[in-house]
Amino acid sequence: MLDFALSSLLRRKGKNLSLVAVYTLIVFSVASLLFFVQAMKRESALILEGAPGLVVQRMVAGRHDPIPLEYAGTIAGIRGVAEARPRLWGYYYEPVVGANYTILAEYDGTGAQGVVLGNGVARTRRLAVGDLVTFRTYRNESLVLPVREILPQESELAAADLVVLSEADFRTLFDFPSGRATDLAVSVPNPREIPVVAGKIAALYPDTRPITKREMLRTYDAVFDWRGGMMVVMLAGALLAFVVFAWDKATGMSAGERLEIGILKSVGWETSDVLLLKFWEGAAVSLAAFLAGVLLAYAHVFLLSAPLFEQALKGWSVLYPRFRPVPAVDGYQLAIIFFLTVAPYTVATIVPCWRAATIDPDAAMRS
Amino acid sequence: MTFMLLDSHNRQGMAKTSLAPCSRAVRRFGLTDLCLFTEARYTRNPAVADFHAAFQDHPMALEHFPSGSFVPPPRRPESGAP
Repeated sequence: MLDFALSSLLRRKGKNLSLVAVYTLIVFSVASLLFFVQAMKRESALILEGAPGLVVQRMVAGRHDPIPLEYAGTIAGIRGVAEARPRLWGYYYEPVVGANYTILAEYDGTGAQGVVLGNGVARTRRLAVGDLVTFRTYRNESLVLPVREILPQESELAAADLVVLSEADFRTLFDFPSGRATDLAVSVPNPREIPVVAGKIAALYPDTRPITKREMLRTYDAVFDWRGGMMVVMLAGALLAFVVFAWDKATGMSAGERLEIGILKSVGWETSDVLLLKFWEGAAVSLAAFLAGVLLAYAHVFLLSAPLFEQALKGWSVLYPRFRPVPAVDGYQLAIIFFLTVAPYTVATIVPCWRAATIDPDAAMRS
Repeated sequence: MTFMLLDSHNRQGMAKTSLAPCSRAVRRFGLTDLCLFTEARYTRNPAVADFHAAFQDHPMALEHFPSGSFVPPPRRPESGAP
């Protein structure tokens, strides 16, 4: 029966190949999206494992404001807190390339001079270790610093736009008030104590906003869910168009196909046999498109770094990290893709197939 | 398909190694976010940004609110400031 179905498909090569091509494109789009979103979710969780357990911001009139360093001493005294480290960081707009840099002060205690650059910054400015880099301070003076280190290309997903200065250079660049930091990174060795510590900090300093690591990770889950959701809505239109296309292909039976069914029924085939034949035809088309679409999507996302999604994620960014997602494909995802793509096709073709199978052989051959 | 699942499984096993430079940067500098969206300050660090930050930088950028879809992006000031 399968042999017969395949030879029947091959007799209408043009029609069926165009169907498989469109079908493959749909599977490819859905699978690429799902693979990318799942991989990014997993990667963000792995990378941010070492993020501070708690970040404490100070709020003034509902906006983020520099936090006094005295807060760090008091917070460090809360039971369960190992360290409350002030963080100095901010953003710097570079008009030459039109990029936003993340400027950070490093507290390494060595007093090392010069800057550490993320690979994205070094790439766009074509800088190497030992080169001089100039910044315009908030007092409109030039701050010229030598490049001390360039972070490896593999770290771009976390640090492509990073420019790390010494504390003194940071305060000079932004004319940042002494005795204040951007926020505090609080280290709590026991993760189960983090919500309790956050509650204590909020009670002690009502003008602060503690952000726990779990909330940070949840942000990324939400970001990728939302973006994935937005793309699914866009893809829903394409899927619907495909259902209409499949319906049209299946109902627009040629005279040859009607004749074929008529002959089969007149030589003794039952309605169930014709239905089985049509089922195998549909299964061959579906499985071929599913396999091709999934494999192409895998190559697109995990071998070519999802170039089709890059523009959507990049937005207006000048600095975009170069990275290759790590695959996180499992049977559950494949089952979702199968259901999202094969089920609509089956539903769209089952009724026309049944109508074709119950056709009167005499009428079919005469038509 | 089997090759794909095997490749996925193998590379998942190596994920900790391949992501180690990123994890090191996160630990060394106390980072809270991925460097994915550098177009505006509230998109660069969404984990520690204001809860709602519509119209802050680029109203046409992917916004939280539907109103973000209607307001055109601001013109870049003559001074070249962000």
